[in-house]
Parts: sequence; structure tokens; C-alpha cells
Amino acid sequence: MASKAFQKIYTKITQITKATCSLKATGVGYDELASVDGRLAQVVKIIGDEVTLQVFSGTDGIPTNAEVTFMGKAPTLKVGEQLVSRFFNAYGEPIDGGPEIDGKEVEIGGPSVNPVRREQPSELIATGIAGIDLNNTLVTGQKIPFFADPDQPFNQVMALVALRAESDKIILGGMGMTNDDYLFFKNTFSEAGALDRIVSFINTTENPSVERLLIPDMSLTAAEYFAVQKHEKVLVLLTDMTNYADALAIVSNRMDQIPSKDSMPGSIYSDLAKIYEKAVQFPDGGSITIIAVTTLSGGDITHAVPDNTGYITEGQLYLRRDSDIGKVIVDPFRSLSRLKQLVTGTKTRKDHPQVMNAAVRLYADAANAKTKLENGFDLTDYDNRTLAFAKDYSEKLLAIDVNLNTTEMLDVAWDLFAKYFTPAEVNIKQELVNQYWRN
Amino acid sequence: MATKGIVKGIVSNLVTVEVDGPVSQNEICYISVGGVKLMSEVIKVIGQNAFVQVFESTRGMRVGDEAEFEGHMLEVILGPGMLSRNYDGLQNDLDKMEGVFLKRGEYTYALDDDKKWNFKPIASVGDTVKAGSWLGEVDENHQPLKIMVPFTFEETYTIKSLVPEGEYTIRDIIAVVTAADGTDIKLDMTQKWPVKRPILAYREKPRPYKLLETGVRTIDTVNPIVEGGTGFIPGPFGTGKTVMQHAISKQAEADIVVIAACGERANEVVEIFAEFPHLIDPHTGRKLMERTIIIANTSNMPVAAREASVYTAMTIAEYYRSMGLKVLLMADSTSRWAQALREMSNRLEELPGPDAFPMDLSAIIANFYARAGYVILDNGATGSVTFIGTVSPAGGNLKEPVTENTKKVARCFYALEQERADRKRYPAINPIDSYSKYLEYPEFMAYISEHVSPSWIDKVNEIKTRMLRGKEIAEQINILGDDGVPVDYHITFWKSELIDFVILQQDAFDDVDAVTPLDRQEYMLDKVVDVCHTDFKFDTFIEVMDFFKQMINIFKQMNYSAYKSEDFYGFDKQLEALLNERKEN
Repeated sequence: MASKAFQKIYTKITQITKATCSLKATGVGYDELASVDGRLAQVVKIIGDEVTLQVFSGTDGIPTNAEVTFMGKAPTLKVGEQLVSRFFNAYGEPIDGGPEIDGKEVEIGGPSVNPVRREQPSELIATGIAGIDLNNTLVTGQKIPFFADPDQPFNQVMALVALRAESDKIILGGMGMTNDDYLFFKNTFSEAGALDRIVSFINTTENPSVERLLIPDMSLTAAEYFAVQKHEKVLVLLTDMTNYADALAIVSNRMDQIPSKDSMPGSIYSDLAKIYEKAVQFPDGGSITIIAVTTLSGGDITHAVPDNTGYITEGQLYLRRDSDIGKVIVDPFRSLSRLKQLVTGTKTRKDHPQVMNAAVRLYADAANAKTKLENGFDLTDYDNRTLAFAKDYSEKLLAIDVNLNTTEMLDVAWDLFAKYFTPAEVNIKQELVNQYWRN
Repeated sequence: MATKGIVKGIVSNLVTVEVDGPVSQNEICYISVGGVKLMSEVIKVIGQNAFVQVFESTRGMRVGDEAEFEGHMLEVILGPGMLSRNYDGLQNDLDKMEGVFLKRGEYTYALDDDKKWNFKPIASVGDTVKAGSWLGEVDENHQPLKIMVPFTFEETYTIKSLVPEGEYTIRDIIAVVTAADGTDIKLDMTQKWPVKRPILAYREKPRPYKLLETGVRTIDTVNPIVEGGTGFIPGPFGTGKTVMQHAISKQAEADIVVIAACGERANEVVEIFAEFPHLIDPHTGRKLMERTIIIANTSNMPVAAREASVYTAMTIAEYYRSMGLKVLLMADSTSRWAQALREMSNRLEELPGPDAFPMDLSAIIANFYARAGYVILDNGATGSVTFIGTVSPAGGNLKEPVTENTKKVARCFYALEQERADRKRYPAINPIDSYSKYLEYPEFMAYISEHVSPSWIDKVNEIKTRMLRGKEIAEQINILGDDGVPVDYHITFWKSELIDFVILQQDAFDDVDAVTPLDRQEYMLDKVVDVCHTDFKFDTFIEVMDFFKQMINIFKQMNYSAYKSEDFYGFDKQLEALLNERKEN
């Protein structure tokens, strides 16, 4: 935080809260960065000559006579090829002991893409996981979170998806990540020999929580550099966005804003949308795809964070431990990829949409049969067949350790249909039954 | 002299401006920040301080920056050349903007001043005219668009001169009218209107009664909407609101469709941009894009412009209605608009209402829905604005302010349900909770009797009752078990499943099944009701289940086949044969 020559230094802070401080100053721009006693801060409110600053690392120990200087610019990141394989903190400063980046300085949180200049996403991202590729196919330019309880292995699955997906760059944005998880990602990526296409911005639980508000914009500014300047396919991983939202709530609370649902700020939808909408397919081939994690509290998706996220993102993925097979599966009922129909049946085999729906419907019948069984009722022959089907379906397709291409997945599904059902029970368009039914 | 002001305070996009003269509520001003001018709207005035909401990011704005007031409210320009365009919430033409990223302070003109239009006069010199009177006509995308006396004109006028048929730009003077006091006023083909005021240039607004066909069975057959009607679609995320909206906007039998993408995903708008230019309007055979206008304020675009976007869309819809056209307005989602109001109300430090929404939310929603309607114009022609909004209830809970307030004013309620969506029963509209008040209108009943069939409404009510009965039996079976209820109960239950699978469920991604014309809907309804009236003979519930599953499968194949094709009749025959197996005489 080197200060420039002839910069005006203020030394009289009039108000201090846990996250903000206020002082009298003039000529200050909204959103501008400042340094408070050497700590980075940003202008969040100006009333006349009173300026309120949000101090990212917290205000503990800040005296009322602390030196405050304004930097005349919004937060920036230096971008360039040198970012690759490096680890940075929320301010874009190296934390891996390597040298500073010498690149073009750009403001983070830049403008939105004009919707008429976007391209319709149409390129499939294959992960080999049938719970994703078959039932909830991902497409470049999509934004989708894992909705998961804190004890679920979402970071492991996300790392797996990131490594298997064909992308030119992976940007990892870690917010409130435990140091163990940070090291997990670091080791997994380096063992896979993938560090040469990864850039990481990390805020761990050891860092101040308000700092993590910068992580998504830092990550996406780096992503925009590679997608716009280099026309690359960029995959951005944001974990965990619930921690981000919690930091927003802290700041809005300190600024005396009236909270809306679940103590979240009234602007939570716009705040999250600003981040997720950076996912885009550019016409010249570059793209930004966002896979995020939103941790839930006890599976409650009506909480303001998952709820608003669900309205913004293009679907959501749920993980569940299937007690029948003792493995983690991608839940076929609640998971959804909204963009899947842009590729299913066109970029994949034409029977894909119908096979996917039929399998999920039969899986739902099995769930009903299970309820009947639990309630002590007799099962019909059909019920028993759906139960057997469900187990096979979980084991051979839904489990996250499955690694197949989509055509193989479809073939497995037809095998299972023929093994347990008649064509009438499967309820698929006759033309497809004629072509694919296994006799 | 125009009022000027100086910025005194900034909190996000709420800016306090100290003014040197008069300002009015909702007046537009431009604040100069680092060489660009940012459009803003006055939302509160205290003494010399005007509180304005800036329609753009305020990054870098300083105390002392200058503001210029425009002397008018937020308005749109109306004239030929709007069809097929993509506007933002403030009617800037998105296609005219340069570069991939939106630039702050870049405003683009909504029309084209140079294009020549073939103008044909309708009125004659000496005619007495008033606001909304038709002066002439130009053809845009095969729609006969009327050139009207501006809606802002308050008196009656006499036409002094009118140009003969010929090629004119929208800026050429096409008529001169004389006011009562003798002043002459020159008119070109354009006019401006403040978006927050309804356009009232019509004679009366009777109750709407004409069915508006959408091709979606669960709407047309079960809970129909009418020309000039209002409806809303609440639903948790992932239940198919957007697919539903797109289906309606593609298929509805309307002359003009205005789509307001209000605070929703940019990729959804891109889908419209990508698909509509290639899709054909099933009613006219022309490109869908020709009749469509898109107002896009996606969720990452400025929040304040989100509120403006729905009003911009409504004003454009009303403009076309005044030409005697059938307009369909879709807004996805009105909850985002309500949230934009909440954000501003919060920054203004107003006392909050339920869920921190502003206290007047209910009035704002009611006034907006009231702008839709079927109207008889002064010249006897009719026009309509049908409005369907989606609502994104927080946490999927319908007991939240936006849903509750909308329910009070919208006449059709299409409740998307998580449970149906989880079971992949699309469209996931709950057949029991949803309703259309128009089914109770005597005018509507008379219209259906004449144009569809006298027995239609009875059949519709019958299937609704059967769905309810089916649900009750399903609950009993859950408690008592399959063997715990008589076989007859299973038959009744499966008859309701038949209705669900054949009429309610529809595959929006299948070329044939996606659109069901009304005559086909009638054919299928008759067939299904016939089955419901048939007595069957079964010994066990398993027989019932197997039989109905087979039947549903044949019916579904029928839905997938082209209407009255060889395949279609083939399945029809199979159905006859199957029914005869179990029919009880």
C-alpha cells in the first residue's frame, strides 16, 4: 500500500464500528480505495463531507488518529499470463512466496456484457459423472452451484469436475475456506499436473471475513482477462458463496441497513447476480463457466442465500449419500441444469432427453415403493422391479465414481430398462423404443 | 431555465443532489461523472435536497459533481420501428451499443430517423380528432401500425392538413392539427409518453371475454386466459417458470408480444435472441421475431432500471393496444421489480412493511396489473393488453408479500409446484390450486359455447373435480394401502392420472407436443372424458394399474404424433381395441 507523493493524509476518524470507520474528507469518489493505518478500505457512503469506509480486515486496533489516505481508484488486479499457477490473497497479492505480477492493472467488478453480444451457450462440458452429464448436463457459459451441507464432499467433487472438464484455465476463488481445504485443492491440482492452468485467489478462515468480499470479483476479473483477451474457455470455482453472503450481511449490519429475510441485506439478489452473471459465452470462443458451492444449513434451501442463488443460477446440483449402495450420488430429483436442453439430444445422442426423463421417473416410482415398504404395505411386482432398478441405476450411473461418456451412459440406461421393464412401462416415444430397445 | 444541482451525498445508487430551482417527483436528471452523464430519477425531495436513484453504477462519483434536470419524467418514444428490437429497461437500443461490454452513460436512440415508411392516411382534412385518434397507417413487419394523435393532447382538434400516401421518415411532418384556440400543431409519426402513467386514450374497458389461445393445454383447456386478461405464475426456482413463459410468448395468438426480462438471467434473453428469429408464428406463418419486442434488464444490469423496465414494457404494450391490436405482455419476474423497490426503500430509510418491502407494494402491484385490459377505442375498434407476470416467491413460500399482493389482482393463477416438478410432471402447474376466474364469467361462457362447444366448460369442470377426487384417493391409498381401498377407488384414481398425463402434462421440447391447437385440445378432452365416463371391469388393482398404464402410453404416443396423421389414427385404433377389452356394457 505505497502512498503517492503529495497525497492528502487525514488523521481524524470520527466514528469506528467493527467493519467501518468514518471521517471528514473532500474530493473522494464513490467505491474508491483508501488506506486506513496501512489497511485497505473502500468508500461505501458519502454524506456531505463525511465519508464512511469499509475496512476489509476489520477495525480492531485502529486509533481515531490513524492515517487515512485515498488512492483515487477502485480495487484493481494486475492481469497477465503470469497469473497462471499462482496463489493470491483477496487483494490480488501473492501468498505463495513468488514475485509480484507485472501486468496491466484493471478495475475489478467491471461492467456487464451487453446481452445482445452474448452467444447462446452450446458446448457441452463432459465430466464423466452420469449424475451430471446424463441428468444435468453442463454447458460452457453456465453458472451452477452445488447445494450441499457442510459435511458433504463438495470440494472433492468440484475438484474432480474441474480436472475432468476440458477447460483452458481454472480459477479457484476460495472464501472462508479452511486451511485444510486450501491445501487439499493445492495438492490435488499439483498431483494432477494441472497447476499450469490454474489461478487461485484464497481467503481462508484465518483471514478477516470482510476481505472475502473481494474474492469473486478478483477471480472473475482474472477469468475475463483469459476469456476476452485470450479467447479461452475458463472455469471459475467459487467456494463457498454462503461465506461470501455472510460477509455481506456483516457489512450491511454495521451500516445500519434494515435486514430482509434471514438477516441478509435487501440487495442480496443483486449482489449475488452481479457475480454469477459474469458467466458468459463470448462470440469468439472465449467463455466463463462458474461452478460454485452454497453450503446449506440442515439442507434448508428456503434460506435466503440458497433461495436467491437458485433464482440466479442455471440450475443446482445436490449431493446425497445413497444408503442402498453406500456411495455419494448426484441427487436426480432435486438437481437441475437449466441449459441441458441446449445440448442434450443434439450434441449428444437423440434419445438422451427421453431416456433421462424416463429413468428419473422410474427412480421416483422406486421412491414411492420404498415409502410403501416403510409403511408396512405389500409391494406389487412392479414396485419390486422399480426398487431393483433404482439400486442398479444408483450403482451404475448416479454414483460419482462412475466415469463414462454420454453414449455409454445411455446404453447402460437402455440395458437397465430392458432388464426390469416393458416398453409400455418405460413410456418413451415409440420411434426411440424401436431403435434402442434391447431384446 | 433548467434546474441544476450539486451532488451532496452518495450511498450506492442513491444520490442526494442539492438543487437551485424547482424539481418534480420522478423528474429525470443527468449527473456528470468523469466525463459521462448518468441518467437518474428523482424519488424523494426534502427542502433543497432531491434524492435521486441513478440508473447506473455510481463508482467514482464525487461530492460536488453537477446534475442537470430535464423537466420531464422518465418517458419512452413511440413510433414505427420498434418491432423486433431489443431494448434495455430505459428503451436504449442494445444492438446500437458498441463493444461487448455495456458502457456507463451510453444511451442509444430507440428508433430510426432515416428509414422511409409507406404512410397511408386514414383520417381526412376537417375531421375532429383527439388523443389516440388514428391519422394514418404504415406497414411494419406486416402489421398495420396506426399513426395517432399524441396521447398527451388534452383537447379536441381539427385536422388542417394531412400528407397524401407516400414515403416518409418518422420525422417528416405528416399532419397539422388546429386546436380550439386556433393554434396549429405539426405532427410527425412519433410521440413521447411518461412510462409511469397509463395511456387512457380509449372509450371504455369492458370485462374481457375472448379466449386467448396459448397452445398450452393446462392453460387453454383447464384454466384459460382471455384477451386483455391478467394472470401470474408463481413458482419456486426450477419448476419451469421461464420455460412456461417462453412457451406462451412463442405460441400465443397475439399480434404483438412484449417480453420484459426483468432482473432475470441474461442467458434466458439470449435464448430468445437466438431462437425467435428462426421460429415461425404458428398462427400467421411469419417469423416470431417480427411481432416481438424485448425489454431486457438482466439481473446484472442496474437495479434502478429494473423498475423502469416493466413500465417501459407496459407503455409500449398500451401504445399498440391503442392501434386496435392484441398485445401480450410477459414480465419475468415481477419479484425482481419488487426487490428493486425494496432496495431503494431501504436506502431511503423508509419504515419497512412485511419482509422489508415498501408499505405501498400492494398498491404499486395493483395499479400495474390494472393497466392491462380489453378496450373499446373511440372509433369502435377493440384492442387488448394481456398481462402475465411471473413471481419468484422467496423460499418457494406463497405466503410472501409479492405473491399475496399479486393474487389479489391477477385473475388467473398458475401455481407451479415443487412436488410436480420433482416428479417431472411438466408443466408443473398444480391443477387443484390453480384457477382462472374467467371460467366463471357469463360473457366467457357464452363466447366458448359459440366458438368452441356448448359442453366444453362442463367437461373442464368435470376434469377438475376428477383431479381433486384422484388426489383424495391417492392420500387414502397412502394411508390404507393398495389393498385397503376398493378396486373402484383405483379406477377413479387412474382416471385422474389419465387426465394428468394426457391433458395436463405437455412436452415443451417436442416439436409436436409443444403446441396444441384448440381443435386438437377439444378432440383430446372429449376422448379423455369419454374414457372417464366408461365403466370398466377389473378384479384387482394391479389389473387396473397395468391397463391404465398401457392406455396412458398410447395416449402419449398420440400427443407426440401430428394431428390427424396416419400414426395418430393408428394409435386411436389401438386405444379403441384396448378399451373394448375391459369395457363393461
